[in-house]
Amino acid sequence: MIAIVDYQAGNLASVKKAFGHLGYEAAVTAHPGEIARATKIVLPGVGNFEATAALAGALQEAVLRAIDQEVPLLGICLGMQWMFESSQEAPKLRGLGLFAGECEKFPEAVKSPHVGWDQLQLTGTPRLLRGLPQDSFVYFTHSYRAPVVEATVGKCEYGGAFSAVVESGQVFGVQFHPEKSGTAGLQLLRNFCEL
Amino acid sequence: MLTKRIIACLDVDAGRVVKGVQFSDLRDAGDPAELALTHGRAGADEVVLLDISATYQNRATLLDVVRRTARQLFIPFTVGGGIRSLDDAAAVFDAGADKVTVNSAALADPRLIGRIAHRYGSQAVVVAIDALRVGNGNGLHFGVKATGGRHATGRDAVRWASEAEQCGAGEILLTSIDRDGMRDGFDCELTRAVVNAVNIPVIASGGAGAAGHFVEVFRDGRADAALAASIFHLGITPIGELKQELQTAGIPMRWPC
Repeated sequence: MIAIVDYQAGNLASVKKAFGHLGYEAAVTAHPGEIARATKIVLPGVGNFEATAALAGALQEAVLRAIDQEVPLLGICLGMQWMFESSQEAPKLRGLGLFAGECEKFPEAVKSPHVGWDQLQLTGTPRLLRGLPQDSFVYFTHSYRAPVVEATVGKCEYGGAFSAVVESGQVFGVQFHPEKSGTAGLQLLRNFCEL
Repeated sequence: MLTKRIIACLDVDAGRVVKGVQFSDLRDAGDPAELALTHGRAGADEVVLLDISATYQNRATLLDVVRRTARQLFIPFTVGGGIRSLDDAAAVFDAGADKVTVNSAALADPRLIGRIAHRYGSQAVVVAIDALRVGNGNGLHFGVKATGGRHATGRDAVRWASEAEQCGAGEILLTSIDRDGMRDGFDCELTRAVVNAVNIPVIASGGAGAAGHFVEVFRDGRADAALAASIFHLGITPIGELKQELQTAGIPMRWPC
């Protein structure tokens, strides 16, 4: 079963609905025990980095244990940003620190939030993006962005380059919303389910 | 490159899609769930569902329509009309919306914008503004109307857009009452005035009749997205053809998709 971690950060129903559409069972849960039993874990979330404070403690431990056991983990939007060290949006909080660097605000020169369909520049052959052409369009909506790091396998350009897809072992993160990115997004979620 | 968005709008009354001219004279245009899916497959970048009767009637029918529409839709889905409180917004999000639009209730109490943004994020709050031209020449400005274009508010559309941004709005849905349903082009002056005043995306609405109108509103109006209803429902301008034309005109589009 796929566990969708509920930490009160936005609308998780659409992520669950997308998995259901693909024929995979997923449950929205805030129970560390259920997360520990999951075969795959999704960390969704939209909104303020402050919301990740609700992950501190038992949920964070459950996620870290799952990473140790190589259970595939997918962070979406805020869920991906939490995998970095920190964010300017809530400087007092710490992220998981799986990837180096701090999430930062977009520069003044571009409109923020970055809303709409933008293109992915693949910099590797990400397992998550198998079957997706270079320059695929996906749907973004965010005011902060994660830096380009060694684990970045897909970039996006908007007032400079940022991480759109990160991948390290069984840990994956996407800044955009695959559950809202039409057929390209559904293909990505299917790839995750088939890992 | 971030593309300009083409948004298909479903104006819903008592569970059916309707289309009016200048906010009245409504005609039936089909089932919302079916039309949303059709438009999504045809290349719409988003779907907006506006419950145009909501200010008067009960919400149960709407929530059922939202649930049915959201079930098969895997592109952004915005719902508005009659959202007066955080609880109203929560019900619509629970039914499957990704964003809500607020209009009259935000005019009455702008703090509503912040309350919804605090819980669901700014990206989920679209402030809808129905604007009407007042005066002309150097005296031209744009007034704001409430409750489906029926009541004057004494507010200026450009200033209200800016205030809405400060309150936490993630996008502005800007409708020209003068152009609504006329199919004679968007109000580019209105759109540009609001775009220049805010740093959040602006969706232009009202007046779409042909591909050239979209080129104008993206180029001259500097809109981030453009919304249309009847020309898509009635098949006057298929979305795919529209996007191809816009792409040829040098407007960045998600196409093919």
